[in-house]
Amino acid sequence: MILLPCPWCGPRDAGEFHYLGEAIARPDPRTASQAQWREYLYIRSNPRGWTSETWYHRAGCRRYLSVERHTETNEIRSCRPAASVADHPERSS
Amino acid sequence: MKDSYDVVIIGGGVHGLAAAYYLAANHGITNVAVLDKSYLGSGGSGRNTAILRSNYLTPEGVRFYDRSLTLYRRLATELDFNVMFSKRGHLTLAHNDSSLRTMRWRAEVNKVEGVDSEVIDATEVKRLAPPLDISPDARYPILGALWHPPGGIIRHDAVVWGYARGAAAHGVHLHSETEVTGINVADGRVTGVRTAQGTIATGLVLNATAGWCTLIADMAGVRLPVQTFPLQAAVTEPVRPFLHAVIVSGSLHVYISQTDRGELVFGASVDPFTSYSMRGSLEFIEGLATHVLELMPALGKMRLLRQWSGICDMTPDFSPIMGPTPVDGFLVDVGWGTYGFKAGPVSGEAMARCIADGKPPEIISAFSLARFADGILFGEKGAAAVGH
Repeated sequence: MILLPCPWCGPRDAGEFHYLGEAIARPDPRTASQAQWREYLYIRSNPRGWTSETWYHRAGCRRYLSVERHTETNEIRSCRPAASVADHPERSS
Repeated sequence: MKDSYDVVIIGGGVHGLAAAYYLAANHGITNVAVLDKSYLGSGGSGRNTAILRSNYLTPEGVRFYDRSLTLYRRLATELDFNVMFSKRGHLTLAHNDSSLRTMRWRAEVNKVEGVDSEVIDATEVKRLAPPLDISPDARYPILGALWHPPGGIIRHDAVVWGYARGAAAHGVHLHSETEVTGINVADGRVTGVRTAQGTIATGLVLNATAGWCTLIADMAGVRLPVQTFPLQAAVTEPVRPFLHAVIVSGSLHVYISQTDRGELVFGASVDPFTSYSMRGSLEFIEGLATHVLELMPALGKMRLLRQWSGICDMTPDFSPIMGPTPVDGFLVDVGWGTYGFKAGPVSGEAMARCIADGKPPEIISAFSLARFADGILFGEKGAAAVGH
């Protein structure tokens, strides 16, 4: 398992967090085409290497975090407060 | 390795090798190469828990997996190779009323499709699997189960070796330790595959990889709705046979079977975040042991022998992606999540037909890549035994 360096709580076990997935921008639903919307819903880049993603510290500060993680080594390069809710609309759970 | 092949299959696991075998055996297409970056069966085919069943939820799913089970049952004769199929019966435990309701639904769909499947009560569960604790004061009491007598286990490595030997006997070339580094596409058509050992000219490529399927598809410029998650499993030291049936608990995220050698094989749901890492974790073993002991307290003194991990291609609807892509000549048999091994034979058979006929056969028509753009997802909630 991995330790996430929460900016509010310090290094904590990843089991305390909820993984929300790759950070992707939501297209404007008023202007997005059907193809753009479906791509937003289903397509992820799924890289083998560094990726930017959103985690939620549910058993800690209950804040959303932007995390840079290497998907092969699970090394964490950075862990920052997520910019805003509007940037991460997939955080339903 | 030749300079060109009619068909190049990327991925030397059960799916790729079965496709190669059926291309040659059923359709006479033998100018075929199977490439794998490591040894044959080094990916999901050698890392799964080797459970076979066809008690799915949707009629399409039931028909598809039942065809696979039929092929598995006669595979030893077909390939003249002992794949050690062992019909054990398969128990999916229900720990609450809603599980029981879903199992009744599954049983009725199964029966309509001609698959032997029935809901049984806790007493019957105990008779079929005596080590289970069915006391009502258990943390997760066992109320009943979906009982699927045709289910069982098989020697997964032998399946790989059998298909490989059968394909090779028909003239298919198997190239292990041959990593694909690129796919040549010109004017929307596949023209070749680049490997660490040189370039192969071909007009038809089948991506039959698991875990790494998006990396291969990216080489052809095809984006797939797939994310890669590790799935961990573990095995105990061997003991005398005491557990005949395969046991699955969706609520406890665990499945258990005893191999012919006497080891208990445990599997679980996927890890909680994407990764290409194949390292096991202590958290997994702690959770697994807790859940196994909930079901079978008598196993408290059993010792684990080893644990491992494989990587799974998860799709948004827990159904695979099979057939053509926007790039002409680039076919996929991917997105196999946590249920790929049991579908190996039928997938190979269907993809071979898809290549020979130039269009997907009816049995995989629900699994097209186009369904995501069309918004017609195919939710198969019976796809994995646990963890959805």
